Amino acid sequence: MGKIANEELLQKLNDKFPGQVAQTGADFGLLTVETNKESINAVLSFLKADATLQFIFLTDLTAVHYPELEKPIGVVYHLHSLTTNTRIRIKVFLSLDDLHIPTASTIWDGANWMERETYDFFGVIFDGHPDLRRILNVDDMTVFPMRKEFPLEDPNRIDKKDYFFGR
Amino acid sequence: MQNHPVYTDNDPQTEYSTLNLGPTHPATHGVFQNVLQMDGERIVSGVSTIGYIHRAFEKIAEHRPYYQITPLTDRLNYCSSPINNMGWHMTVEKLLNIQMPKRVDYMRVIIMELARITDHIVCNSILGVDTGALTGFTYMMQYREAVYEIYEEICGSRLTTNIGRVGGFERNFNTIAFAKTRKFLKDFTHGLKEFESLFNRNRIFIDRTRGVAAVTAEAALSYSWSGPILRAAGVDYDVRAMEPYSSYEDFDFEVPVGDNGDVYARFLVRNEEMWQSMRIIEQALTKIEKEPSDIFHANVPAFYLPPKEEVYNNMEALIYHFKIVMGEVETPNAEVYHSVEGANGELGFYLVNDGGRSPYRLHFRRPSFINYQMYAPMSQGMLLSDAIINMSSLNVIAGELDA
Repeated sequence: MGKIANEELLQKLNDKFPGQVAQTGADFGLLTVETNKESINAVLSFLKADATLQFIFLTDLTAVHYPELEKPIGVVYHLHSLTTNTRIRIKVFLSLDDLHIPTASTIWDGANWMERETYDFFGVIFDGHPDLRRILNVDDMTVFPMRKEFPLEDPNRIDKKDYFFGR
Repeated sequence: MQNHPVYTDNDPQTEYSTLNLGPTHPATHGVFQNVLQMDGERIVSGVSTIGYIHRAFEKIAEHRPYYQITPLTDRLNYCSSPINNMGWHMTVEKLLNIQMPKRVDYMRVIIMELARITDHIVCNSILGVDTGALTGFTYMMQYREAVYEIYEEICGSRLTTNIGRVGGFERNFNTIAFAKTRKFLKDFTHGLKEFESLFNRNRIFIDRTRGVAAVTAEAALSYSWSGPILRAAGVDYDVRAMEPYSSYEDFDFEVPVGDNGDVYARFLVRNEEMWQSMRIIEQALTKIEKEPSDIFHANVPAFYLPPKEEVYNNMEALIYHFKIVMGEVETPNAEVYHSVEGANGELGFYLVNDGGRSPYRLHFRRPSFINYQMYAPMSQGMLLSDAIINMSSLNVIAGELDA
């Protein structure tokens, strides 16, 4: 089977979920759609189960922080249909006071650690996740370090100040 | 008089013992910790703890210009750094719409396939060590050294290579590099044959690996496995064949596939991949001869650093040099996902760019991280010694696991 055209893919999603899925871009030919957290798991299950699409491979799951947006945390899914060699990127934006989204680990076992990583770095809470703990950072960390407001280095450190180097 | 209980082999165990496998256990080949509940020699359940060498590469990358991120990618899978380097360069080139000349593509293919061979050498020979066969390891390590010498000719370093730049290579391959590559192909054909004759039909090795940690294709796909271990389970997904990058479509090679995803199948798949890599390198060496020999980078002065003598003598080159070093190059406002077939699987780069000097967000899809999460569930009911060789054959690299 050949690659599925972006228009056809979008059409299928729109027929199945009217008004819930909107295209936000197709950079470098990779269809990017946005949906909401109420429909995300239905969309993922549909893409995985549909006989002609077969997006059976969860390539990646992560998040991006856009502090200036009303809903600043964007959870990003990359799916890959191995039979048709088509990729799709799905985004769900969440507001800071309600960072809940249903877990995808009920659809793919592999989503488990990817969601833990996303929780660890962005604080996204995946409802229904079997074991939502920090994964790479220490357990007693209180911040979510990949958010933009978190500085790369400790702002209080002085050993890199210019006057130590005669500047 | 005895006042403590005496257990015999037939007594049911009422208490499990806890075993800390790692974080610095020699059998884990890296910083991994697994807290195992043991019923005698058998694993009842396990919990993996990771993150011991987490270095926040994704955060650091948000503060660095593109060309300074290459050294970070070295330290993901440090057994095959050039693949990571090339994957990163190609991601940025995709973002900037830079087309590579064919010769650069072929040079990249050579260096990536050499890296794949070193990675598989390490994995398969260490798998032999973990089953008790040290001989194969002692013979194979010299070939990794031979590849490292080729790296030295090309870029000057051995492990964390930082080969290439966005837009091509920093310098041309010299004649010694080509000669050493040809010599390596000749020697390694002999060496790999010898290695295979030590293992492939070895009764002890087969008894030790056949049927151990067998994984179905469905389970492997559900856990998003990729690379040799997915192919060993019978799924012929290889990024090089599926979405060819760096002119892989010009090459004639096969994607080896295993049957039941056990340790033995993974071993065979990796061995066969080394043969295929050698085939690819041979073809690349022939193809390169037909290309003009002085081309080693694309003609993109706005992104590729000019030669030093031009910077000193040519105003335009000085301006470009300044702009590139200060990160004042024009980049499009776009999102890009690019993946390469790393030695352990699909190594993906998800790059969100806002037109600034460094990525707005960079996420590495690290195959080791994703492959490793099945380790604890699949170890349940396994003998401890089988779990050890299962870990070797997953070839989890701590640097790639933790990023």
